[in-house]
Amino acid sequence: MSVLQRDSGEQIQVLSENGQVTDESQLPDLTEDELVEMYRYMKLARHFDQRAVSLQRQGRMGTYPPLSGQEGAQIASAFALDDEDWLFPSYREHGASLVRGLSLKRTLLYWMGHEAGNAIPEEANIFTVSVPIATQVCHATGAAWASKLQGGDKAFICHFGDGATSEGDFHEGLNFAGVFDTPNVFFCNNNQWAISVPRERQTASETLAQKAEAYGFEGVQVDGMDPLAVYEVTKRAVEKAKDPGEGELRPTLIEAVQYRFGAHTTADDPSVYREEEEVEQWKAKDPIPRMETFLLENGYLDTEGVEAIEESVKEEVAEAIDEAESVTRPEPEEIFKHVYEGMPERLREQAAEFEALRETYGDDAFLEGH
Amino acid sequence: MSQMETRGETQNLTLVQAVRDGLRDEMREDERVLVMGEDVGKNGGVFRATEGLYDEFGGDRVIDTPLAESGIVGTAIGMAAYGMRPVAEMQFMGFIYPAFDQIVSHAARLRTRSRGRFTCPMVVRAPYGGGIRAPEHHSESTEAFFTHHPGLKVVIPSTPYDTKGLLISAIRDPDPVIFLEPKLIYRAFREAVPDEPYEVPIGEATVRREGEDVSVFTYGAMTRPTLEAAERLEDEVSVEVVDLRTVSPLDEGTILESFEKTGRAAVVHEAPKTGGLAGEITATIQEEALLYQEAPVKRITGFDTPFPLYALEDYYLPEATRIVEGIREVAEF
Repeated sequence: MSVLQRDSGEQIQVLSENGQVTDESQLPDLTEDELVEMYRYMKLARHFDQRAVSLQRQGRMGTYPPLSGQEGAQIASAFALDDEDWLFPSYREHGASLVRGLSLKRTLLYWMGHEAGNAIPEEANIFTVSVPIATQVCHATGAAWASKLQGGDKAFICHFGDGATSEGDFHEGLNFAGVFDTPNVFFCNNNQWAISVPRERQTASETLAQKAEAYGFEGVQVDGMDPLAVYEVTKRAVEKAKDPGEGELRPTLIEAVQYRFGAHTTADDPSVYREEEEVEQWKAKDPIPRMETFLLENGYLDTEGVEAIEESVKEEVAEAIDEAESVTRPEPEEIFKHVYEGMPERLREQAAEFEALRETYGDDAFLEGH
Repeated sequence: MSQMETRGETQNLTLVQAVRDGLRDEMREDERVLVMGEDVGKNGGVFRATEGLYDEFGGDRVIDTPLAESGIVGTAIGMAAYGMRPVAEMQFMGFIYPAFDQIVSHAARLRTRSRGRFTCPMVVRAPYGGGIRAPEHHSESTEAFFTHHPGLKVVIPSTPYDTKGLLISAIRDPDPVIFLEPKLIYRAFREAVPDEPYEVPIGEATVRREGEDVSVFTYGAMTRPTLEAAERLEDEVSVEVVDLRTVSPLDEGTILESFEKTGRAAVVHEAPKTGGLAGEITATIQEEALLYQEAPVKRITGFDTPFPLYALEDYYLPEATRIVEGIREVAEF
């Protein structure tokens, strides 16, 4: 991974679209169990995604951004982190967040509009979901910088999309990372479409990876639907962030080339702006069957094993949905909590005034009408 | 209160269709007018506010830009200064902030700084406000950031008719206009909207309901629950509802005329209380009509908190019950 890639024909791949190993030298050092676990996470993320879209369609959840097609990049990049490393996600990283310890129930609650879904468990090294595009890039650089100043030995991965590379914050975050040599892995999920705008309308650059050159560090393009290649490339970037070679800078920009099979969010209709034929072409690269073939052909898994995984992910998702849906509407006081460490008097008064009204008129008076 | 007389055919349009109608009319009338933003082209905008414009006017006038709000507004300023009439769309008001520097440091000051040599006849459109069960940053109402800033006009329509007329006025205005669209009511109702272009003047409020006891000042999506509250109070309080339509510059004449009649006032907005428009209106009343005042002005607003995720948004947004209670408090003082 020492060559800066300018040509999209040079992207790193380990598994072919048919699940055949194309480059033995890049095969990651993973045990059979780890490989199967990675596969199971991908299946779990896919099934979760399908169920989440369907919950939205049934009015059981608000707007939701689907991830199908991006499991290989999400799961494998999160897998490549060491336990103490940190993840700075965009809003589509349900799969990566799951690997890093954010439960499906919490992800569901977040998209069901519950503040509880924003409460990240203390033990999970995940920053908050960042909805405004590319803003988290600077946060990831800042946290990595702080860690370095504190003498830490952690890597900070930040996920964002192809559209994010057009924002000022992308440039500023990567520029700071280069200047201050911060231990970052900038992981660009290039899924080809920023809502309706195709990748080639975001930038005249041949690749997104080559933007790293301007910041003085390495950029690499990887087949983002090849989980083994993603794992390998990310692993090396994480290692370099922690322990760069002579004359090397710590940060890396990884462009994971992939495709969003579904809509940008459930509020989007991709048939308005892209051809179904294009979607079908990319579906041939689906990371899940690819990984499955690899596992089956190498004897790491058999068909019964696949079926057992399918059953277990269904159960796991169903359970998460039950748990999330059994959470009742939060109390209005949640609006006022956590704005500051202590509640200013003025805010306390507003909360009290509202509570008094609610007691007088009852909940329904406030819940109808919108 | 003035509405320009219009002749000829009308269509029953929703508010968001009136946006598109206004854009289309001005693009037909004036080839300097162009639309730019994220997903405004082939996709027709995430709310379909620019639907059909790409097909009619092509990619040079209905421009899908890279995903960069500062870039959109910054280049629109350059275009405006160089003779175009750009209408820049911010996909949601919550995503306007990368462009804040361009709006306040340049769009708002270009005329002043260049002593009139360069101007910025640009419109920045953005859907604002809550109530649509949206994710974080999709529900805010932060018009006060912009009303605080000299050099900008800030317009917030509440009906399809006003939307088209105010948008056309904004496009024809020689100075930058922030045009905030109440997305909660984008499709809530239809109204007869003239086919031909017409202007609703910027800077003029309108009385939506006449009354004698309490004046209630509001705008945008809050106009409807305010009218509903006035209706509910019909038998006990005679409520006058004033729709400001332009929140900067404020129409002091209409505000004061109403207040001097009633001597009592409330202001309704979904934006947080502190630093919001309600404070400005209250202070204007104190300065200009103190001797008419018979009760403290009541502010019925969003809380001084971040806008909550949507499970709690109904509590956050002022609705008829809170508005009724507030008006009653003013009437009974």
